[in-house]
Order: sequence, then C-alpha cells, then structure tokens
Amino acid sequence: MAEEIKNTAPQNLKVTIDNITIDVPAGTTILNAARMVGGEVAPPAMCYYTHLKDSGGKCRTCLVEVSKGSEKDPRPMPKLVASCRTTVMDGMEVKNITSEKVLDARKGVVEFLLINHPLDCPVCDQAGECDLQNLSYEHGAVQTRYEFARRTFEREDIGPYIQLHMTRCILCYRCTYVADQITNNRVHGILDRGDHSEISTYISKAIENDFSGNMIDVCPVGALTDRTFRFKNRVWFLKPMDAHRDCDTCCGKVTIWNRGDEVYRVTARKDQWGEVQTLPDGKPAWICNTCRFDKKNTSDWVIEGSTKIDRHSVISQGHYQGKVGTSVAPDPLEKVLQGRKPHLLMDIHDESEVNTTEVHLSEIEGPSVFETFNGDPHASGHNVTDVKIGVGPNEEGTDSTNPNTL
Amino acid sequence: MARKLLLEKANVEGIRGFDVYRREGGYKSVEKALKMSPNDIVEEVKKSGLRGRGGAGFPTGMKWSFLAKPEGVARYLVCNADESEPGTFKDRYLMEFLPHLLIEGMIVSSFALGSNVSYIYIRGEYDWVTDILDVAIAEAKQNGFLGKNVLGSGFDCEIYTHRGAGAYICGEETALLESLEGKRGLPRIKPPFPAIKGLWDCPTVVNNVETLAAVVPIINEGGDAYAKIGVGKSTGTKLMSACGNINKPGVYEIDMTISVEEFIFSDEYCGGIPNGKRLKACIPGGSSVPILPANLLLKTAKGETRLMNYESLSDGGFATGSMMGSGGFEVLDEDQCIVRHTMSLARFYHHESCGQCSPCREGTGWMEKILRKIENGKGELKDIDLLWDIQRKIEGNTICPLGDAAAWPVAAAIRHFRDEFEWHVLHPEECLTRNYGLAHYADPIEIAVS
Repeated sequence: MAEEIKNTAPQNLKVTIDNITIDVPAGTTILNAARMVGGEVAPPAMCYYTHLKDSGGKCRTCLVEVSKGSEKDPRPMPKLVASCRTTVMDGMEVKNITSEKVLDARKGVVEFLLINHPLDCPVCDQAGECDLQNLSYEHGAVQTRYEFARRTFEREDIGPYIQLHMTRCILCYRCTYVADQITNNRVHGILDRGDHSEISTYISKAIENDFSGNMIDVCPVGALTDRTFRFKNRVWFLKPMDAHRDCDTCCGKVTIWNRGDEVYRVTARKDQWGEVQTLPDGKPAWICNTCRFDKKNTSDWVIEGSTKIDRHSVISQGHYQGKVGTSVAPDPLEKVLQGRKPHLLMDIHDESEVNTTEVHLSEIEGPSVFETFNGDPHASGHNVTDVKIGVGPNEEGTDSTNPNTL
Repeated sequence: MARKLLLEKANVEGIRGFDVYRREGGYKSVEKALKMSPNDIVEEVKKSGLRGRGGAGFPTGMKWSFLAKPEGVARYLVCNADESEPGTFKDRYLMEFLPHLLIEGMIVSSFALGSNVSYIYIRGEYDWVTDILDVAIAEAKQNGFLGKNVLGSGFDCEIYTHRGAGAYICGEETALLESLEGKRGLPRIKPPFPAIKGLWDCPTVVNNVETLAAVVPIINEGGDAYAKIGVGKSTGTKLMSACGNINKPGVYEIDMTISVEEFIFSDEYCGGIPNGKRLKACIPGGSSVPILPANLLLKTAKGETRLMNYESLSDGGFATGSMMGSGGFEVLDEDQCIVRHTMSLARFYHHESCGQCSPCREGTGWMEKILRKIENGKGELKDIDLLWDIQRKIEGNTICPLGDAAAWPVAAAIRHFRDEFEWHVLHPEECLTRNYGLAHYADPIEIAVS
C-alpha cells in the first residue's frame, strides 16, 4: 500500500512512515514529517510544542519504532525513540500505528499519565479541549489498574490571571519554556523531584508579565487555567470566532469564544495540532495579556468569521459533525423496537387506563422542540399540548406545557 | 594471589600524601605520557581493551576516539565520582586511600583528550573525600603536575572538584553535566551525545573514577600488557565492592578470571557466608542489575562455571544471566526476603526518579506501592502480573537508563522468585512473621570452597 505524497518544501530526505513515503527537508523531526503526512500517522504529543525551543522528549507519548535507521545504516534502532526529538535520516523507515510495540508502549504511557491525574473532567475548565482527554480516548484503557491514593496539591493562584491546579499537571514543562522564551523573566519552575515534583513560583510569587497568559494556551491539561474564565462556561457551548484588533504588544490575532454577544474568553489561534498558529511572517501568534484578559467586549474586536475546528477532539463531538469526518453510530433504538417509531421507550397506555388520552402518543411526530417546550405561545411544533384539539395557541401566555391549562 | 594494579599501594603508610605516593612510583605515567602524542595514548587505551567501570562497560578507548575535535572549541574531561548505586562503594575507597592515583589518571587522560580544564563531579555525601581530593590537587599543583605548563611540556591542566547535591540521577552522564553547569540535574535527550555536545555545549568525555585510575597502569606498562590480564574482552582488573551476608565485606581487586564461587567462598575474598547459612541469591553488579538465584549465579544455564567478568555474568541474557554493572556485589543468605529486598530497591528508585519523563516518574512510585502491599500481606495474585506489566512498560521507554535500572530488579525478582511473591499473597499472615527461605533455586553446593 505504498503511497507517495509530494511536498512543496525542498526535497531532501526520503522517509517512510507507516508505509507512506514522504520527502522532507533535512533536520525535520519524525513527528513533523508524520504531521506532513497527517491523519492517524501523526503520533500524539503532550510535551512537544513547535514554537517552544527544546520542548519535547519528556512525555513519551510520541514514541515510534524505527525499523530501518537510514539508507546508509539500515540497522533498526534498538529502543523506541521519541519522534519529536529524533531527526529524519535519508531512507529511514518508521512504524507508528503499524507497530504493536508502539501502541503497547503508548497505552502504557497514557496509563502512567493518568494514575496521578484526578480525572475531574466534569468540573475541569479544560474539558473538551484537553490533550490528555483526547489522548485517553484514543489510546487509553477502559479502566484504571491503579488503586492507591492519588497525589494531590492545593490549588494556587499565581498572579491575577492564572490559577495553578498542580494535581492535574502532567509535568510537560511547556509553561516553563513559555516563561523562558516569550516573557522577559521566569519566576516559576519545577520544585522537588520525581512524582512529587511540582510547578510553582518561588515562595508563591505572582506571575505578572505581558505574555504570561500564553502558559494557559500551551498547558495540555487543566493545570493552568484562565481565572477570568474559570467555571463561566463549558467550552463546547461557546462559539469560537477568529478576530483581531490593533495591539501594540502582540499580533492582535486571536480567537474569541462567544455565547450570544458576550465574549467569554480570548485565546491565541490554534492550528490542527492544538498548537499556536504560525503567522504568515513565520512568527508564532502568541498574544498579550491585554488582548487575552481585558478585551471582553465584542466591540473590542473585528470579527473575521467562525473558527474552523478540524481536529476530532472531544469539543467537536456532535457539534462539528461532518466537518471533522467523525461518524455517528447508528441509533440502535429502532432495531430494538422492531420497526416501531421510537417515541417513547415504554408505551404506558397499554398498561394504564388512567393515562389514556384521545390521541395515541405514538402518532405524534418527533419529540418536542425547543420553543414549544419552553412555552412559546406562538410556536408550532410537536408537543403534547399542541395537539389538544380545539384549544389552539395559548395567547394568554400561560404555561402551554400544562395540559390542564385551557 | 592475583596481581593488583590499582590497590597495590593502598595500605602503604601515608600514601595519601604526595611525597609517599611519588616515592612509591607515582606520577611516572604523567612523565611518560607527556612525551607521547595524545593519539598514541588513545591508541594505547584502545589496545588495553579497558571497559568503562561505571556500569555500562563501554570500551573506553572507543569512547575517547568519538570525541569531536572542532577547531577553537574547548574539550572537557569529567570524572564521574557520583557513586550512589546501592551496594557500590569502590570509587569512594579508591579516592579515599589513593587520591593521587585518580589525579594522575586524570592528568594523563586530560592530555590525551586535550582537556585543559577537567572536573571531578563527586557525590555530595562524600564531603570528606572531597577534602582529601582537594588537598591532593593542591599538592599536585605545587609539584608542577597541574597548572600552567605541566612539567615544562606546554600543556596546561586544571582539575576542580564539584560536589553534587545528593541526587542519584546526577550519576547519569548528561544529568551530571546539567548539574555541573548549575542547572537541575535532569538527563538530556540523546543524541547529541556528550562526545559531540557536552559540558557548556563543548565536546566532553565523562568517565568513571576507576576507569580513569586504570589509565595509569595502562600507560606505565603498555596497553598490550594490560590486555593480557583477564579473559576475553574483560581485560585488566576490576574493583568489586562486596557487601551483604558475607564474612568479609569490602573492596576487592580481582582479575576477571576467578569464578563467582571462589569470590564468595574463598578466604582471600568474601570469606563465605556467616553463621553457616546458605547462599540464596546475589546481585552481582550493583542494585540496578538483575538479581540471580544461587543456582544460576554459580553456574550458567549451559552448566558452565560462572566467572567474575563481563561476558560470563551476562551469559544467558536477562533470562538466566545478569550484568557486571558497577561491581556492587550484594549477597543474600537464606534468611533474606526477596520481596522485601525488591521493595527496598523500588523505594530507592522511586525516591531518586527525576520526574522528567512520565513512565519512570509515575511507574517507579506505582511499583513501590504494589510491592509494599504484597510485602505487607495485602497483595493479590493479579498484582504480580501487574508489576510485571508496569516494569515492561517502563523499560526502554525512558529518556535515561534510570527507568531500566528501576525495572530490571523488579523484573528479575519476579522472573526467578515468582513463587516467593505468590507465597506472600497466599499466606498473608505467615509472610509477616517468617521468611520464605530457600526453594528449588538454592545453591547446589553444600561445602564452602576455600
């Protein structure tokens, strides 16, 4: 099933990833080569971040098998290698999803990352756009085998904008690289060692820097969250829109997350790998704290249009159906009911005479719709009350869902 | 009695001082080496077949020849004296009693590698040894063997000691370099290897204390003469630090032709097991190498006598063999509990994991918790399989060898002593009051060989 993909970049080295051959420039990492191929072939990455120098190599989720080192030295590499930090050699053959060994190791890594993670997704602001959530959906096991107390930390406000919830952290070190490379000084880092090491500021110092908010964007889990957005909304209820404004400090190109006219939060623009986009001039689109935290009115922004979400993440399930190529499982109900229309799971009319009405419920088409359910008197739709013969719309505005209202 | 190359003069009165050391023939190799070309020294070391004494056993001459030599870039030699492996204490003995031997070896090696500034990264807990080395360095400098223009040859050489801060991980060479640069001791992702990009991004060689000390006899007597000692690819002599249930714990210099049986039971070395107990198991090369039950320790799976050298100890792979490692020889008698012993090792690796990469950070702690559970009589049979699965997922998937070092002891304990783990699970009350004792893996030998 060998397949050639032509790339516009300078053609230098040939690398075969999961039987797909691609030409990449020298110095490209296996991970980036796999991302050029795209799709399932690209290994997941929790700590690597394109725009952060020296990041990567730590989480071990991107491990791949190199079955042929290069054309010159065809020996396979003895161990699985971190694809984000291994550069491509000419003639290299890499196995990602075609290698049992890789999938097994990756499953192990996901399990390791989760044993001390609180799994508090229902109350976590990151839920829906969490890399760890995506990773566990794709590669995790159904159940944990860990039965001991999980490591916990106190929540900590680091500065006016960011809250640190260390319990959720997977120690990817991305935020320390942001502080090192984007802000003018780093006041936080890793304290302690091993599984009790934690991200913290020195003696709970506040992080106050124009670009500190980018730490929130790079955090793959819900360890660093936006204090101006915490518990305000679930991300999947928000509509992301590309917008920009003139900003002196940063590029001003952002994604605003609205519900109605209200801007709930502002983030940097992300690409399909969940990383901050590269601007046409080649620079990463980091944004400043003014844009992120202080401009929460639609009038502050020039809206360009809806953000396209390409990647099949948890946030996209259902909402962005079709666009992202997810398939919907067939509804089993019809089969269960042997061809009858699935209006109610149990037909109570067969059981109780008290509940018998003039109209048989299974003759009603479809479920109630939003307007009728909420009692809009002018709405027409499929509602129990709408079919009360001779009653008609409830002009007085009384509760039309109550069949006793006349 | 086999010839000693390193520890021959260790008991001479006052050998720690420069004058006595010099009178006993010390620093002759420096005089000889400075008349040779650096490449000839590297060739000599290659010929000697010397293998790294820190644990991995990589040929030293080969390592030296990999060192990149770009124009105008400094090169460094770093001595790894961060000896923290449980059961290994040979470097401490060497530095404590023969500090000048290390300095001498380092001057020769620095000259061979073109390193004008060399460092001894010493374990933080060895504070008194650091003082001994500092005195030795000052004495060597006073006598013209260190500093500017060593012995009028035009070669400048400085040696500095640097104390670690108590982290086992800093014995890993790239973590050591990070720590030496003043950063957190986290292993670097390789490649690039230190020979290309090491200390302050300059080409660097990191060698163990014993390796650098062994350069002295190699230069004095020639690589070929050194290669004649020992057997096969295990040339020269090796320091073994023996401990555990033996009559005479201590540091022994062996030539690698003696058998394991002789090493344990002969009066010249460990002197047998005290109180008439029998041999149960042994870790032949420091805590991270696989433990071997007595029957596989004394004879290989093929039925040959197992010898104290790199090849013989690793004969049979990890299925029935172990490793020479760093030479920390720990002997366990019939009263020792393997589960407890493994738990204690797992606790060590959990404590010392740097926390950089996820399998080791999370997996070591998990293994310790499970082992603690089994040891306390609360284990289940599925926990043993779980342990096996965890170690399998750590091994080979981490940035540095600490992950492997944490996984191997657990793997070997389950591989060879699974019945003892199962006994702990099936007899939760009994395992708290008595030990499992010997089983079919016990040593077949009844009488100690002397």
